[in-house]
Amino acid sequence: MDGDRVAQAMAWPDAIFAELRRWQVRQIAYVPDGGHARLIRAVHAEPAMRAIPLTTEEEGIAVLSGAALGGDRGALLMQSSGVGNCVNMLSLVKTCRFPLLALVTMRGEWGEFNPWQVPMGATTEAAFRLMDVEVRRADRAEEVAETVSAAARMAFEGGSAVAVLLGQRLIGAKVF
Amino acid sequence: MLDRRDVVARLLRDRGEALVVTGLGAATYDVAAAGDDARNFYLWGAMGGAALVGLGLAIAQPDRPVVVVTGDGEALMGLGAFATIALQAPANLTVVVLDNGLYGETGGQRSHTSGGTDLAAVARGCGIAEAWRITDQAGVETLAAGLASPGAGPRVAVIEVDPAEAPRVLPSRDGGYIRARMQVALGLAA
Repeated sequence: MDGDRVAQAMAWPDAIFAELRRWQVRQIAYVPDGGHARLIRAVHAEPAMRAIPLTTEEEGIAVLSGAALGGDRGALLMQSSGVGNCVNMLSLVKTCRFPLLALVTMRGEWGEFNPWQVPMGATTEAAFRLMDVEVRRADRAEEVAETVSAAARMAFEGGSAVAVLLGQRLIGAKVF
Repeated sequence: MLDRRDVVARLLRDRGEALVVTGLGAATYDVAAAGDDARNFYLWGAMGGAALVGLGLAIAQPDRPVVVVTGDGEALMGLGAFATIALQAPANLTVVVLDNGLYGETGGQRSHTSGGTDLAAVARGCGIAEAWRITDQAGVETLAAGLASPGAGPRVAVIEVDPAEAPRVLPSRDGGYIRARMQVALGLAA
């Protein structure tokens, strides 16, 4: 297969992993998440990356700010339900102008069985925008690599705070 | 009882190459009172985040000691930090909690440590083996002597201090400036 066809055949979590490696992202903070499970396994197996499991999402904002302070690139993996937890901690990113790359799997927006996921899923983008975090979105597998790459460039070359929302239609609704 | 200003000044006298992160409130003023330094990163907000900023910094700068100086209230807001730090186990990270048992910034309300919460025991319970309480000057001297060299793992020192409020010494509140000057001190592009 030629390069394009290999890229198309790649599962989207693997495409994210490849982008994180290409951008030399070292500290990967995460809250366990089904949508990111494959990516999280890959991060744990990659010696050039440091997997940092969190007890709650806002911890990741603080950890990655410390990482950036010390010269490491980082990314935060989480689910939409955790974005509200981050709001006050994002004052660190905003006040100190730290870069941020957050990769967020969406719940509560496409075929969601669990109504408890809907309130935060419906306000995820607004919660980020409250704190001036730029929001980008990918709903189709073939958009993921370029969206993550564009966000990484904004964060690591431009110093911006950027979140990429990975649509529930891409991930698939959780089946109980 | 130990005076918080004396404790912090004594600890930082032996800081060596240490990078210092402060928790908002009195801990920030204590570190500023000991002398401003480009290697100090002062938090004026982000409550509950100080130890975790220290964690990310300690992982990024494994050859330098990282010392977080914070208070009991700030630590209580982010108790999960102890579990997250324990998993990473950075030997170059020391978290110093100045425990006065109250929230000095907001009118002196009693904190949970006045009511039985032992933050050193919490840290040990989260998996940080080197977590202990300090109640006298000899304990402060022992901590100071080892501050600039890595331990066997992360350390949490909870120091009981006099609840009396010290005069405020206010460092810069410009987060962008405080960030950039530490990055320059580390030889990084700000």
